[in-house]
Amino acid sequence: MHDSLIPVGTVVAAIIVIWYVFAVYLNAPFERDQAARAGTQIASTQLVRNTLAQQRPVLPAPHQVAQEIWNTTALKKVTSKRSLVYHSWVTLSSTLLGFVMGTGLGILLAVLIVHSNVLDKSLMPWIITSQTIPILAIAPMIIVVLNAVGVSGLLPKAMISTYLSFFPVAVGMVKGLRSPDVMHLDLMRTYSASRGQVLWKLRWPTALPFLFTSMKVAVAISLVGAIVGELPTGAVAGLGARLLTGSYYGQTIQIWSALVSAAVLAAVLVTLVDISSRIVMRRMGMVR
Amino acid sequence: MNSGILIIALVFWMGAWAANVWLVRLRPDNQPLARSINLLIPALFGAALIMLWEGITVGFNISTILLPPPSMIWARIASSVDILWADFVQTFMKAVLAGYAIGCLSGFVVAIAVDRVPFLRKGLLPVGNLVAALPVIGIAPIMVMWFGFDWHSKAAVVVVMTFFPMLVNTVAGLAASGAMERDLMRTYASGYWQTLVKLRLPAAMPFIFNALKINSTLALIGAIVAEFFGTPIVGMGFRISTEVGRMNIDMVWAEIFVAALAGSLSYGLLALLERAVTFWHPSYRS
Repeated sequence: MHDSLIPVGTVVAAIIVIWYVFAVYLNAPFERDQAARAGTQIASTQLVRNTLAQQRPVLPAPHQVAQEIWNTTALKKVTSKRSLVYHSWVTLSSTLLGFVMGTGLGILLAVLIVHSNVLDKSLMPWIITSQTIPILAIAPMIIVVLNAVGVSGLLPKAMISTYLSFFPVAVGMVKGLRSPDVMHLDLMRTYSASRGQVLWKLRWPTALPFLFTSMKVAVAISLVGAIVGELPTGAVAGLGARLLTGSYYGQTIQIWSALVSAAVLAAVLVTLVDISSRIVMRRMGMVR
Repeated sequence: MNSGILIIALVFWMGAWAANVWLVRLRPDNQPLARSINLLIPALFGAALIMLWEGITVGFNISTILLPPPSMIWARIASSVDILWADFVQTFMKAVLAGYAIGCLSGFVVAIAVDRVPFLRKGLLPVGNLVAALPVIGIAPIMVMWFGFDWHSKAAVVVVMTFFPMLVNTVAGLAASGAMERDLMRTYASGYWQTLVKLRLPAAMPFIFNALKINSTLALIGAIVAEFFGTPIVGMGFRISTEVGRMNIDMVWAEIFVAALAGSLSYGLLALLERAVTFWHPSYRS
Protein backbone atom coordinates (compact mmCIF):
# COMPACT_ATOMS: atom_id res chain seq x y z
CA MET A 1 0.00 0.00 0.00
CA HIS A 2 2.72 2.47 1.01
CA ASP A 3 5.01 1.83 -1.93
CA SER A 4 2.22 2.74 -4.35
CA LEU A 5 1.60 6.11 -2.66
CA ILE A 6 4.40 7.95 -4.49
CA PRO A 7 3.57 6.64 -8.00
CA VAL A 8 -0.14 7.34 -7.57
CA GLY A 9 0.62 10.81 -6.23
CA THR A 10 2.88 11.50 -9.20
CA VAL A 11 0.25 10.38 -11.68
CA VAL A 12 -2.43 12.50 -10.01
CA ALA A 13 -0.09 15.52 -9.96
CA ALA A 14 0.70 14.95 -13.65
CA ILE A 15 -3.01 14.82 -14.47
CA ILE A 16 -3.58 18.13 -12.66
CA VAL A 17 -0.66 19.77 -14.51
CA ILE A 18 -1.95 18.49 -17.86
CA TRP A 19 -5.41 19.77 -16.92
CA TYR A 20 -3.99 23.28 -16.30
CA VAL A 21 -2.09 23.23 -19.58
CA PHE A 22 -5.22 22.25 -21.47
CA ALA A 23 -7.28 24.85 -19.61
CA VAL A 24 -4.89 27.58 -20.76
CA TYR A 25 -4.69 26.22 -24.29
CA LEU A 26 -8.44 25.75 -24.77
CA ASN A 27 -9.47 29.03 -23.17
CA ALA A 28 -6.81 31.18 -24.85
CA PRO A 29 -8.66 31.74 -28.20
CA PHE A 30 -11.50 33.49 -26.38
CA GLU A 31 -9.11 35.85 -24.57
CA ARG A 32 -7.16 36.60 -27.76
CA ASP A 33 -10.44 37.31 -29.47
CA GLN A 34 -11.44 39.70 -26.69
CA ALA A 35 -8.12 41.48 -26.89
CA ALA A 36 -8.30 41.74 -30.66
CA ARG A 37 -11.78 43.26 -30.43
CA ALA A 38 -10.62 45.77 -27.88
CA GLY A 39 -7.73 46.53 -30.23
CA THR A 40 -5.09 45.82 -27.59
CA GLN A 41 -2.21 43.42 -27.32
CA ILE A 42 -2.38 41.00 -24.45
CA ALA A 43 0.74 40.02 -22.55
CA SER A 44 1.25 36.28 -22.12
CA THR A 45 1.27 36.40 -18.30
CA GLN A 46 -2.01 38.32 -18.37
CA LEU A 47 -3.35 35.84 -20.93
CA VAL A 48 -2.60 32.89 -18.69
CA ARG A 49 -4.11 34.61 -15.68
CA ASN A 50 -7.28 35.44 -17.62
CA THR A 51 -7.72 31.95 -19.04
CA LEU A 52 -7.77 30.49 -15.55
CA ALA A 53 -10.44 32.87 -14.27
CA GLN A 54 -13.10 32.96 -16.97
CA GLN A 55 -16.81 33.01 -16.20
CA ARG A 56 -17.73 30.33 -18.74
CA PRO A 57 -14.47 28.66 -19.74
CA VAL A 58 -14.27 25.90 -22.33
CA LEU A 59 -12.36 23.91 -19.73
CA PRO A 60 -12.42 25.27 -16.19
CA ALA A 61 -9.19 25.07 -14.22
CA PRO A 62 -9.07 22.67 -11.25
CA HIS A 63 -9.04 25.45 -8.68
CA GLN A 64 -12.18 26.98 -10.21
CA VAL A 65 -13.96 23.66 -9.91
CA ALA A 66 -12.69 23.24 -6.35
CA GLN A 67 -13.89 26.72 -5.45
CA GLU A 68 -17.32 26.10 -7.00
CA ILE A 69 -17.62 22.87 -5.03
CA TRP A 70 -16.61 24.68 -1.84
CA ASN A 71 -19.13 27.44 -2.54
CA THR A 72 -21.97 25.05 -3.22
CA THR A 73 -21.33 22.64 -0.37
CA ALA A 74 -19.86 24.38 2.63
CA LEU A 75 -21.20 27.88 2.07
CA LYS A 76 -24.77 26.94 1.14
CA LYS A 77 -27.44 25.56 3.43
CA VAL A 78 -27.85 21.82 2.90
CA THR A 79 -31.54 22.19 2.11
CA SER A 80 -30.93 24.89 -0.50
CA LYS A 81 -31.65 23.92 -4.12
CA ARG A 82 -28.27 25.33 -5.09
CA SER A 83 -26.40 23.14 -2.67
CA LEU A 84 -24.46 20.25 -4.16
CA VAL A 85 -25.01 18.30 -0.96
CA TYR A 86 -28.75 18.41 -1.60
CA HIS A 87 -28.35 17.23 -5.20
CA SER A 88 -25.86 14.53 -4.23
CA TRP A 89 -28.31 13.30 -1.60
CA VAL A 90 -31.10 13.05 -4.16
CA THR A 91 -28.87 10.99 -6.43
CA LEU A 92 -27.46 8.94 -3.59
CA SER A 93 -30.87 7.95 -2.23
CA SER A 94 -32.07 6.52 -5.54
CA THR A 95 -28.66 4.91 -6.09
CA LEU A 96 -28.86 3.12 -2.76
CA LEU A 97 -32.47 2.04 -3.19
CA GLY A 98 -31.69 0.69 -6.67
CA PHE A 99 -28.53 -0.99 -5.44
CA VAL A 100 -30.35 -2.77 -2.62
CA MET A 101 -33.18 -3.90 -4.89
CA GLY A 102 -30.73 -4.96 -7.61
CA THR A 103 -28.56 -6.94 -5.21
CA GLY A 104 -31.64 -8.65 -3.77
CA LEU A 105 -32.96 -9.51 -7.22
CA GLY A 106 -29.53 -10.74 -8.34
CA ILE A 107 -29.16 -13.03 -5.32
CA LEU A 108 -32.70 -14.37 -5.76
CA LEU A 109 -32.11 -15.15 -9.44
CA ALA A 110 -28.76 -16.77 -8.67
CA VAL A 111 -30.31 -19.01 -6.00
CA LEU A 112 -33.08 -20.05 -8.39
CA ILE A 113 -30.62 -20.70 -11.22
CA VAL A 114 -28.31 -22.78 -9.06
CA HIS A 115 -31.21 -24.95 -7.87
CA SER A 116 -33.02 -25.42 -11.16
CA ASN A 117 -31.45 -26.94 -14.23
CA VAL A 118 -34.26 -25.66 -16.45
CA LEU A 119 -33.84 -22.08 -15.27
CA ASP A 120 -30.09 -22.33 -15.69
CA LYS A 121 -30.39 -23.31 -19.33
CA SER A 122 -33.32 -21.06 -20.23
CA LEU A 123 -32.82 -17.94 -18.10
CA MET A 124 -29.05 -17.52 -18.05
CA PRO A 125 -28.64 -16.70 -21.77
CA TRP A 126 -31.38 -14.07 -21.43
CA ILE A 127 -29.74 -12.51 -18.42
CA ILE A 128 -26.62 -12.03 -20.51
CA THR A 129 -28.63 -10.74 -23.48
CA SER A 130 -30.45 -8.31 -21.20
CA GLN A 131 -27.20 -6.43 -20.70
CA THR A 132 -26.53 -5.98 -24.40
CA ILE A 133 -29.68 -3.83 -24.43
CA PRO A 134 -28.51 -0.30 -23.75
CA ILE A 135 -30.89 0.17 -20.82
CA LEU A 136 -29.59 3.65 -20.17
CA ALA A 137 -30.95 4.54 -23.56
CA ILE A 138 -34.49 3.66 -22.53
CA ALA A 139 -34.15 5.25 -19.10
CA PRO A 140 -36.02 8.36 -20.29
CA MET A 141 -38.88 6.23 -21.53
CA ILE A 142 -39.19 4.32 -18.27
CA ILE A 143 -39.25 7.55 -16.30
CA VAL A 144 -41.73 9.31 -18.55
CA VAL A 145 -44.03 6.30 -18.84
CA LEU A 146 -44.03 5.61 -15.11
CA ASN A 147 -44.71 9.29 -14.53
CA ALA A 148 -47.74 8.99 -16.80
CA VAL A 149 -49.10 6.18 -14.61
CA GLY A 150 -48.52 8.21 -11.51
CA VAL A 151 -45.36 6.57 -10.23
CA SER A 152 -42.82 9.31 -9.81
CA GLY A 153 -40.02 10.39 -7.56
CA LEU A 154 -37.51 7.92 -6.26
CA LEU A 155 -38.82 4.62 -7.58
CA PRO A 156 -38.47 5.01 -11.38
CA LYS A 157 -34.85 6.15 -11.05
CA ALA A 158 -34.14 3.35 -8.61
CA MET A 159 -35.60 0.84 -11.07
CA ILE A 160 -33.02 1.80 -13.68
CA SER A 161 -30.28 1.32 -11.10
CA THR A 162 -31.86 -2.02 -10.21
CA TYR A 163 -31.82 -3.21 -13.80
CA LEU A 164 -28.17 -2.28 -14.15
CA SER A 165 -26.96 -3.63 -10.83
CA PHE A 166 -28.75 -6.99 -10.72
CA PHE A 167 -26.62 -8.35 -13.55
CA PRO A 168 -23.13 -8.39 -11.99
CA VAL A 169 -24.62 -9.74 -8.75
CA ALA A 170 -26.57 -12.51 -10.49
CA VAL A 171 -23.60 -13.62 -12.59
CA GLY A 172 -21.15 -13.41 -9.68
CA MET A 173 -23.47 -15.21 -7.28
CA VAL A 174 -24.18 -18.07 -9.71
CA LYS A 175 -20.43 -18.58 -9.86
CA GLY A 176 -20.11 -18.17 -6.09
CA LEU A 177 -22.96 -20.51 -5.14
CA ARG A 178 -21.43 -23.15 -7.39
CA SER A 179 -17.95 -22.69 -5.95
CA PRO A 180 -18.10 -25.07 -2.95
CA ASP A 181 -15.89 -28.16 -3.25
CA VAL A 182 -17.49 -31.39 -4.38
CA MET A 183 -16.01 -32.87 -1.19
CA HIS A 184 -17.88 -30.39 0.97
CA LEU A 185 -21.13 -30.94 -0.94
CA ASP A 186 -20.72 -34.68 -0.46
CA LEU A 187 -20.08 -34.15 3.23
CA MET A 188 -23.33 -32.21 3.50
CA ARG A 189 -25.08 -35.09 1.77
CA THR A 190 -23.71 -37.59 4.29
CA TYR A 191 -25.16 -35.35 7.01
CA SER A 192 -28.44 -35.72 5.05
CA ALA A 193 -28.70 -31.94 4.90
CA SER A 194 -31.69 -30.50 3.09
CA ARG A 195 -31.27 -28.17 0.10
CA GLY A 196 -32.01 -25.21 2.30
CA GLN A 197 -29.38 -26.24 4.81
CA VAL A 198 -26.78 -26.75 2.09
CA LEU A 199 -27.61 -23.34 0.72
CA TRP A 200 -27.49 -21.55 4.04
CA LYS A 201 -24.60 -23.35 5.72
CA LEU A 202 -22.28 -24.13 2.81
CA ARG A 203 -23.11 -22.36 -0.45
CA TRP A 204 -23.90 -18.93 1.00
CA PRO A 205 -20.70 -18.54 3.07
CA THR A 206 -18.56 -19.77 0.17
CA ALA A 207 -20.25 -17.32 -2.18
CA LEU A 208 -19.69 -14.23 -0.02
CA PRO A 209 -16.34 -13.18 -1.55
CA PHE A 210 -17.97 -13.35 -4.99
CA LEU A 211 -20.91 -11.31 -3.68
CA PHE A 212 -18.71 -8.49 -2.47
CA THR A 213 -16.70 -8.34 -5.69
CA SER A 214 -19.91 -8.08 -7.70
CA MET A 215 -21.37 -5.54 -5.29
CA LYS A 216 -18.44 -3.23 -5.96
CA VAL A 217 -19.28 -3.24 -9.66
CA ALA A 218 -23.01 -3.02 -8.92
CA VAL A 219 -22.81 0.04 -6.68
CA ALA A 220 -20.74 1.98 -9.23
CA ILE A 221 -23.14 1.10 -12.03
CA SER A 222 -26.16 1.98 -9.84
CA LEU A 223 -24.81 5.50 -9.56
CA VAL A 224 -24.55 5.78 -13.34
CA GLY A 225 -28.14 4.57 -13.62
CA ALA A 226 -29.38 7.11 -11.10
CA ILE A 227 -27.58 9.98 -12.84
CA VAL A 228 -28.92 9.09 -16.29
CA GLY A 229 -32.36 8.54 -14.77
CA GLU A 230 -32.38 12.16 -13.66
CA LEU A 231 -31.81 13.56 -17.14
CA PRO A 232 -35.36 13.28 -18.52
CA THR A 233 -37.28 14.37 -15.43
CA GLY A 234 -36.95 17.94 -16.59
CA ALA A 235 -33.84 18.63 -14.57
CA VAL A 236 -35.53 18.88 -11.19
CA ALA A 237 -32.93 17.67 -8.74
CA GLY A 238 -29.89 15.47 -8.53
CA LEU A 239 -26.42 15.40 -10.06
CA GLY A 240 -27.82 14.41 -13.47
CA ALA A 241 -30.08 17.45 -13.37
CA ARG A 242 -27.07 19.64 -12.55
CA LEU A 243 -25.31 18.24 -15.62
CA LEU A 244 -28.32 18.94 -17.82
CA THR A 245 -28.97 22.51 -16.60
CA GLY A 246 -25.24 23.17 -16.83
CA SER A 247 -25.21 22.07 -20.44
CA TYR A 248 -28.33 24.11 -21.27
CA TYR A 249 -26.88 27.34 -19.93
CA GLY A 250 -23.22 26.76 -20.81
CA GLN A 251 -22.23 26.69 -17.13
CA THR A 252 -19.14 24.57 -17.57
CA ILE A 253 -17.95 25.07 -14.01
CA GLN A 254 -21.28 23.72 -12.76
CA ILE A 255 -20.98 20.65 -15.03
CA TRP A 256 -17.49 19.91 -13.84
CA SER A 257 -18.37 20.34 -10.18
CA ALA A 258 -21.29 17.92 -10.62
CA LEU A 259 -18.94 15.49 -12.36
CA VAL A 260 -16.36 15.72 -9.61
CA SER A 261 -18.98 15.14 -6.92
CA ALA A 262 -20.28 12.13 -8.86
CA ALA A 263 -16.72 10.81 -8.99
CA VAL A 264 -16.24 11.35 -5.27
CA LEU A 265 -19.58 9.68 -4.55
CA ALA A 266 -18.61 6.66 -6.67
CA ALA A 267 -15.24 6.37 -4.96
CA VAL A 268 -16.82 6.61 -1.50
CA LEU A 269 -19.47 3.99 -2.30
CA VAL A 270 -16.96 1.53 -3.72
CA THR A 271 -14.67 2.08 -0.73
CA LEU A 272 -17.56 1.49 1.69
CA VAL A 273 -18.40 -1.83 0.03
CA ASP A 274 -14.71 -2.72 0.13
CA ILE A 275 -14.43 -1.93 3.84
CA SER A 276 -17.55 -3.90 4.72
CA SER A 277 -16.21 -6.82 2.71
CA ARG A 278 -12.96 -6.71 4.68
CA ILE A 279 -14.82 -6.67 7.99
CA VAL A 280 -17.06 -9.59 7.03
CA MET A 281 -14.11 -11.58 5.66
CA ARG A 282 -12.13 -11.05 8.82
CA ARG A 283 -15.01 -12.13 11.05
CA MET A 284 -15.45 -15.23 8.91
CA GLY A 285 -11.76 -15.99 9.17
CA MET A 286 -11.25 -15.62 5.41
CA VAL A 287 -8.72 -12.78 5.36
CA ARG A 288 -7.03 -12.76 2.00
CA MET B 1 -60.91 -7.64 -20.92
CA ASN B 2 -59.86 -9.98 -23.67
CA SER B 3 -59.34 -13.26 -21.88
CA GLY B 4 -58.96 -15.53 -24.92
CA ILE B 5 -55.46 -14.42 -25.87
CA LEU B 6 -54.42 -14.36 -22.23
CA ILE B 7 -55.37 -18.00 -21.83
CA ILE B 8 -53.59 -18.92 -25.05
CA ALA B 9 -50.45 -17.15 -23.82
CA LEU B 10 -50.59 -18.90 -20.44
CA VAL B 11 -51.07 -22.28 -22.10
CA PHE B 12 -48.18 -21.59 -24.47
CA TRP B 13 -46.00 -20.56 -21.55
CA MET B 14 -46.78 -23.71 -19.57
CA GLY B 15 -46.26 -25.83 -22.67
CA ALA B 16 -42.87 -24.22 -23.32
CA TRP B 17 -41.91 -24.75 -19.70
CA ALA B 18 -42.85 -28.42 -19.80
CA ALA B 19 -40.96 -28.84 -23.07
CA ASN B 20 -37.90 -27.24 -21.51
CA VAL B 21 -38.06 -29.51 -18.48
CA TRP B 22 -38.23 -32.45 -20.84
CA LEU B 23 -35.39 -31.13 -23.03
CA VAL B 24 -33.08 -30.55 -20.06
CA ARG B 25 -33.58 -34.14 -18.94
CA LEU B 26 -32.79 -35.46 -22.42
CA ARG B 27 -28.97 -35.16 -22.45
CA PRO B 28 -28.24 -36.83 -25.82
CA ASP B 29 -24.80 -38.30 -26.45
CA ASN B 30 -24.34 -36.92 -29.91
CA GLN B 31 -22.67 -33.50 -29.83
CA PRO B 32 -24.50 -31.45 -32.52
CA LEU B 33 -27.86 -32.52 -31.15
CA ALA B 34 -26.90 -31.53 -27.61
CA ARG B 35 -25.71 -28.15 -28.89
CA SER B 36 -28.92 -27.44 -30.77
CA ILE B 37 -30.93 -28.41 -27.69
CA ASN B 38 -28.89 -25.92 -25.69
CA LEU B 39 -29.90 -23.27 -28.22
CA LEU B 40 -33.51 -24.39 -28.35
CA ILE B 41 -34.12 -24.10 -24.61
CA PRO B 42 -33.44 -20.34 -24.29
CA ALA B 43 -35.21 -19.76 -27.63
CA LEU B 44 -38.36 -21.43 -26.29
CA PHE B 45 -38.08 -19.45 -23.08
CA GLY B 46 -37.79 -16.20 -25.01
CA ALA B 47 -40.74 -17.08 -27.23
CA ALA B 48 -42.82 -17.87 -24.13
CA LEU B 49 -41.83 -14.53 -22.61
CA ILE B 50 -42.92 -12.63 -25.74
CA MET B 51 -46.16 -14.61 -25.86
CA LEU B 52 -46.83 -13.76 -22.23
CA TRP B 53 -46.09 -10.08 -22.90
CA GLU B 54 -48.54 -10.09 -25.83
CA GLY B 55 -51.14 -11.94 -23.78
CA ILE B 56 -50.92 -9.63 -20.79
CA THR B 57 -50.91 -6.36 -22.75
CA VAL B 58 -53.77 -7.36 -25.05
CA GLY B 59 -55.62 -9.43 -22.46
CA PHE B 60 -55.75 -6.76 -19.78
CA ASN B 61 -56.18 -3.94 -22.34
CA ILE B 62 -53.05 -2.20 -21.10
CA SER B 63 -52.69 1.21 -22.73
CA THR B 64 -50.29 1.09 -25.67
CA ILE B 65 -48.63 4.21 -24.28
CA LEU B 66 -47.65 2.27 -21.20
CA LEU B 67 -46.45 -0.94 -22.83
CA PRO B 68 -47.20 -1.69 -26.48
CA PRO B 69 -47.67 -5.38 -27.36
CA PRO B 70 -44.87 -7.05 -29.38
CA SER B 71 -47.07 -7.37 -32.48
CA MET B 72 -47.54 -3.59 -32.59
CA ILE B 73 -43.81 -3.01 -32.15
CA TRP B 74 -43.09 -5.43 -34.95
CA ALA B 75 -45.56 -3.67 -37.23
CA ARG B 76 -43.81 -0.39 -36.45
CA ILE B 77 -40.40 -1.87 -37.19
CA ALA B 78 -41.59 -3.23 -40.51
CA SER B 79 -43.20 0.07 -41.53
CA SER B 80 -40.29 2.36 -40.67
CA VAL B 81 -37.21 0.47 -41.76
CA ASP B 82 -35.77 3.51 -43.53
CA ILE B 83 -35.88 5.74 -40.43
CA LEU B 84 -34.43 3.01 -38.24
CA TRP B 85 -31.66 2.42 -40.78
CA ALA B 86 -30.77 6.12 -40.97
CA ASP B 87 -30.60 6.30 -37.16
CA PHE B 88 -28.54 3.14 -37.04
CA VAL B 89 -26.03 4.51 -39.56
CA GLN B 90 -25.73 7.81 -37.71
CA THR B 91 -25.32 6.32 -34.23
CA PHE B 92 -23.75 2.93 -34.73
CA MET B 93 -21.80 3.05 -38.00
CA LYS B 94 -20.37 6.51 -37.38
CA ALA B 95 -20.19 7.33 -33.67
CA VAL B 96 -19.93 3.89 -32.06
CA LEU B 97 -17.57 2.23 -34.52
CA ALA B 98 -15.18 5.19 -34.77
CA GLY B 99 -15.16 5.80 -31.03
CA TYR B 100 -14.84 2.11 -30.20
CA ALA B 101 -11.89 1.62 -32.55
CA ILE B 102 -10.02 4.71 -31.35
CA GLY B 103 -10.76 4.09 -27.66
CA CYS B 104 -9.80 0.42 -27.63
CA LEU B 105 -6.71 0.92 -29.77
CA SER B 106 -5.37 3.84 -27.73
CA GLY B 107 -6.11 2.01 -24.48
CA PHE B 108 -4.17 -0.96 -25.80
CA VAL B 109 -1.17 1.12 -26.96
CA VAL B 110 -1.01 3.10 -23.72
CA ALA B 111 -1.21 -0.14 -21.73
CA ILE B 112 1.83 -1.54 -23.55
CA ALA B 113 3.73 1.70 -22.99
CA VAL B 114 2.73 1.76 -19.31
CA ASP B 115 3.75 -1.86 -18.90
CA ARG B 116 7.38 -1.03 -19.77
CA VAL B 117 7.64 1.45 -16.87
CA PRO B 118 6.92 -0.16 -13.47
CA PHE B 119 6.58 3.27 -11.85
CA LEU B 120 3.78 4.24 -14.25
CA ARG B 121 2.13 0.86 -13.85
CA LYS B 122 1.97 1.27 -10.10
CA GLY B 123 0.65 4.80 -10.37
CA LEU B 124 -1.73 4.55 -13.32
CA LEU B 125 -3.43 1.30 -12.43
CA PRO B 126 -5.24 2.47 -9.27
CA VAL B 127 -6.22 5.70 -11.04
CA GLY B 128 -7.40 3.74 -14.08
CA ASN B 129 -9.38 1.40 -11.86
CA LEU B 130 -11.04 4.36 -10.18
CA VAL B 131 -11.89 6.04 -13.49
CA ALA B 132 -13.28 2.77 -14.86
CA ALA B 133 -15.77 2.82 -11.95
CA LEU B 134 -16.72 6.48 -12.41
CA PRO B 135 -19.87 7.67 -14.17
CA VAL B 136 -17.89 8.64 -17.27
CA ILE B 137 -21.14 9.16 -19.14
CA GLY B 138 -21.34 12.53 -17.39
CA ILE B 139 -18.76 13.99 -19.75
CA ALA B 140 -21.32 13.77 -22.56
CA PRO B 141 -22.50 17.39 -22.24
CA ILE B 142 -18.89 18.60 -22.19
CA MET B 143 -18.01 16.65 -25.30
CA VAL B 144 -21.10 17.98 -27.08
CA MET B 145 -19.92 21.48 -26.19
CA TRP B 146 -16.40 20.83 -27.46
CA PHE B 147 -16.99 18.81 -30.60
CA GLY B 148 -20.39 20.03 -31.76
CA PHE B 149 -23.72 18.32 -32.33
CA ASP B 150 -22.74 15.83 -35.02
CA TRP B 151 -21.41 12.32 -34.45
CA HIS B 152 -17.88 13.47 -33.57
CA SER B 153 -18.88 14.44 -30.04
CA LYS B 154 -20.58 11.06 -29.54
CA ALA B 155 -17.48 9.28 -30.78
CA ALA B 156 -15.42 11.31 -28.31
CA VAL B 157 -17.63 10.15 -25.42
CA VAL B 158 -17.25 6.57 -26.61
CA VAL B 159 -13.45 6.98 -26.79
CA VAL B 160 -13.25 8.12 -23.18
CA MET B 161 -15.66 5.43 -21.98
CA THR B 162 -13.84 2.57 -23.70
CA PHE B 163 -10.28 3.72 -23.03
CA PHE B 164 -10.01 2.90 -19.33
CA PRO B 165 -11.52 -0.62 -19.28
CA MET B 166 -9.15 -1.49 -22.11
CA LEU B 167 -6.15 0.04 -20.33
CA VAL B 168 -6.82 -1.70 -17.03
CA ASN B 169 -7.56 -5.08 -18.59
CA THR B 170 -4.58 -5.06 -20.93
CA VAL B 171 -2.18 -4.13 -18.15
CA ALA B 172 -3.62 -6.96 -16.02
CA GLY B 173 -3.38 -9.31 -18.99
CA LEU B 174 0.24 -8.47 -19.71
CA ALA B 175 1.04 -9.54 -16.15
CA ALA B 176 -0.80 -12.83 -16.65
CA SER B 177 1.96 -14.89 -18.27
CA GLY B 178 3.73 -17.12 -15.77
CA ALA B 179 7.26 -16.58 -14.48
CA MET B 180 8.24 -20.01 -15.82
CA GLU B 181 7.26 -19.16 -19.36
CA ARG B 182 9.03 -15.84 -19.19
CA ASP B 183 12.16 -17.56 -17.95
CA LEU B 184 11.88 -19.99 -20.81
CA MET B 185 11.74 -17.07 -23.25
CA ARG B 186 14.86 -15.65 -21.63
CA THR B 187 16.72 -18.95 -22.06
CA TYR B 188 15.79 -18.71 -25.75
CA ALA B 189 17.55 -15.31 -25.69
CA SER B 190 14.43 -13.60 -27.00
CA GLY B 191 14.23 -9.83 -26.79
CA TYR B 192 11.48 -7.67 -25.30
CA TRP B 193 9.42 -7.51 -28.49
CA GLN B 194 9.70 -11.22 -29.20
CA THR B 195 8.54 -12.05 -25.68
CA LEU B 196 5.74 -9.54 -26.05
CA VAL B 197 4.42 -10.80 -29.37
CA LYS B 198 4.95 -14.52 -28.86
CA LEU B 199 4.19 -15.00 -25.18
CA ARG B 200 2.70 -12.06 -23.33
CA LEU B 201 0.18 -10.77 -25.87
CA PRO B 202 -1.33 -14.20 -26.51
CA ALA B 203 -1.50 -14.75 -22.75
CA ALA B 204 -3.22 -11.37 -22.39
CA MET B 205 -5.86 -12.14 -25.03
CA PRO B 206 -8.58 -13.41 -22.63
CA PHE B 207 -8.28 -10.14 -20.69
CA ILE B 208 -8.28 -8.04 -23.86
CA PHE B 209 -11.37 -9.79 -25.15
CA ASN B 210 -13.05 -9.25 -21.81
CA ALA B 211 -12.44 -5.52 -22.23
CA LEU B 212 -13.63 -5.62 -25.85
CA LYS B 213 -16.89 -7.26 -24.75
CA ILE B 214 -17.48 -4.82 -21.88
CA ASN B 215 -16.72 -1.96 -24.23
CA SER B 216 -19.11 -3.12 -26.94
CA THR B 217 -22.12 -2.45 -24.69
CA LEU B 218 -20.56 0.62 -23.10
CA ALA B 219 -19.96 2.17 -26.52
CA LEU B 220 -23.58 1.84 -27.59
CA ILE B 221 -24.82 3.27 -24.30
CA GLY B 222 -22.36 6.16 -24.50
CA ALA B 223 -23.32 7.13 -28.03
CA ILE B 224 -27.08 6.97 -27.34
CA VAL B 225 -26.96 8.87 -24.07
CA ALA B 226 -24.66 11.52 -25.55
CA GLU B 227 -27.36 12.21 -28.13
CA PHE B 228 -29.72 13.31 -25.35
CA PHE B 229 -27.53 16.40 -24.95
CA GLY B 230 -27.92 17.62 -28.51
CA THR B 231 -27.87 16.09 -31.99
CA PRO B 232 -28.74 16.70 -35.59
CA ILE B 233 -32.25 15.39 -36.26
CA VAL B 234 -31.15 11.81 -36.80
CA GLY B 235 -29.78 9.16 -34.48
CA MET B 236 -31.08 6.51 -32.12
CA GLY B 237 -30.78 8.62 -28.98
CA PHE B 238 -32.45 11.57 -30.68
CA ARG B 239 -35.30 9.37 -31.93
CA ILE B 240 -35.83 7.83 -28.50
CA SER B 241 -36.01 11.15 -26.67
CA THR B 242 -38.29 12.84 -29.22
CA GLU B 243 -40.65 9.88 -29.68
CA VAL B 244 -41.01 9.56 -25.91
CA GLY B 245 -42.07 13.20 -25.90
CA ARG B 246 -44.67 12.46 -28.60
CA MET B 247 -45.81 9.36 -26.69
CA ASN B 248 -45.02 7.12 -29.68
CA ILE B 249 -43.78 4.39 -27.38
CA ASP B 250 -43.92 1.72 -30.10
CA MET B 251 -41.29 3.65 -32.10
CA VAL B 252 -39.11 3.81 -28.99
CA TRP B 253 -39.37 0.05 -28.60
CA ALA B 254 -38.47 -0.34 -32.27
CA GLU B 255 -35.26 1.62 -31.62
CA ILE B 256 -34.61 -0.48 -28.54
CA PHE B 257 -35.03 -3.59 -30.65
CA VAL B 258 -32.46 -2.30 -33.13
CA ALA B 259 -30.07 -1.38 -30.32
CA ALA B 260 -30.47 -4.75 -28.64
CA LEU B 261 -29.95 -6.52 -31.95
CA ALA B 262 -26.81 -4.51 -32.68
CA GLY B 263 -25.52 -5.05 -29.14
CA SER B 264 -26.19 -8.79 -29.14
CA LEU B 265 -24.72 -9.28 -32.62
CA SER B 266 -21.50 -7.43 -31.82
CA TYR B 267 -21.22 -9.31 -28.52
CA GLY B 268 -21.75 -12.62 -30.31
CA LEU B 269 -19.23 -11.69 -33.00
CA LEU B 270 -16.64 -10.87 -30.35
CA ALA B 271 -17.35 -14.14 -28.55
CA LEU B 272 -16.78 -16.09 -31.78
CA LEU B 273 -13.59 -14.17 -32.45
CA GLU B 274 -12.43 -14.84 -28.91
CA ARG B 275 -13.04 -18.54 -29.35
CA ALA B 276 -10.95 -18.50 -32.53
CA VAL B 277 -8.08 -16.50 -31.02
CA THR B 278 -7.91 -18.04 -27.54
CA PHE B 279 -8.69 -21.62 -28.56
CA TRP B 280 -5.97 -22.77 -26.16
CA HIS B 281 -7.73 -21.37 -23.08
CA PRO B 282 -9.00 -23.98 -20.55
CA SER B 283 -12.58 -22.67 -20.72
CA TYR B 284 -12.84 -23.71 -24.39
CA ARG B 285 -10.97 -27.00 -24.15
CA SER B 286 -13.59 -29.19 -22.60
